[in-house]
Amino acid sequence: MSTNSFESLSKKMDNAVGGKDDAFIKVKVLFFARARDLTGMADMSLEVSLGTTAHDCLNKLISKFPGLEEIRNCMVLALNEEYALESVVVKDRDELAIIPPISGG
Amino acid sequence: MASEEEDMNLIEILEENVAIDTSRYMSYVQSPSCGAIATFGGTTRDTFEGKTVLELRYEAYVPMAVRYIKTICTSARSSWNLNSIAVAHRLGPVPVGETSVFIATSAVHRADALDACKFIIDEVKALVPIWKKEVYTNGEVWKENSEFLERRDELGNSSCQKKVVVDGPERKGCCGGKVKMPPEA
Repeated sequence: MSTNSFESLSKKMDNAVGGKDDAFIKVKVLFFARARDLTGMADMSLEVSLGTTAHDCLNKLISKFPGLEEIRNCMVLALNEEYALESVVVKDRDELAIIPPISGG
Repeated sequence: MASEEEDMNLIEILEENVAIDTSRYMSYVQSPSCGAIATFGGTTRDTFEGKTVLELRYEAYVPMAVRYIKTICTSARSSWNLNSIAVAHRLGPVPVGETSVFIATSAVHRADALDACKFIIDEVKALVPIWKKEVYTNGEVWKENSEFLERRDELGNSSCQKKVVVDGPERKGCCGGKVKMPPEA
């Protein structure tokens, strides 16, 4: 392996393991119903560090939009169109939806 | 948006101001092999807890809603012998008296058609990411299905194919009951 490729591989490994500042991923967040009322937007892009969980994303969203606290205890999350536990780790380009209590039918 | 599979399931989330054409879904599920068609229609009623309802307004996370309705159909088929299933849900405003959701099932025998039809609407109310806002003369509020609140803790834990029999009083949601009043002039 050449010196250059070793250095770049080493840097990638550092980012993955050490969670350095430049290891960011982007997650698309969707707000529905009451959540959209509270944030004023239907969707946004959230930049978080590698290894972030859905729970962490939610905390970050609540710090940006404190109004979301209103539905914190009755909402659920969906990741890529499936209900997900907050402990799930999000990946780059995932779609995270904030799902307030549903009322179809 | 419509989706049809080998399994003879017709799933439609209708755009705003498109009414449900029940005869279309009846034609879809009908079959010479079937002795029964069961249907359910959910309609906007004019009163809720003494308040006059003007209309319901629906929105949905459409791709996820279609996905979960498909899963519910698969689940219904694992429990009952069904020929065809049609599920349609409106988006946007649905005035009093109009139908917001329509389900039709067909089967050789009526018990399968009837029981599956009930199961499907119950599951839709518990799982499918669709929301309705109840609009009154003096405010509006996002509704919350007790079916969802009762099963909320399971979501994300397992697949939604579990059949849950629920009894007991309706649980009040955390956001339920708050009527948003417009600011005083």
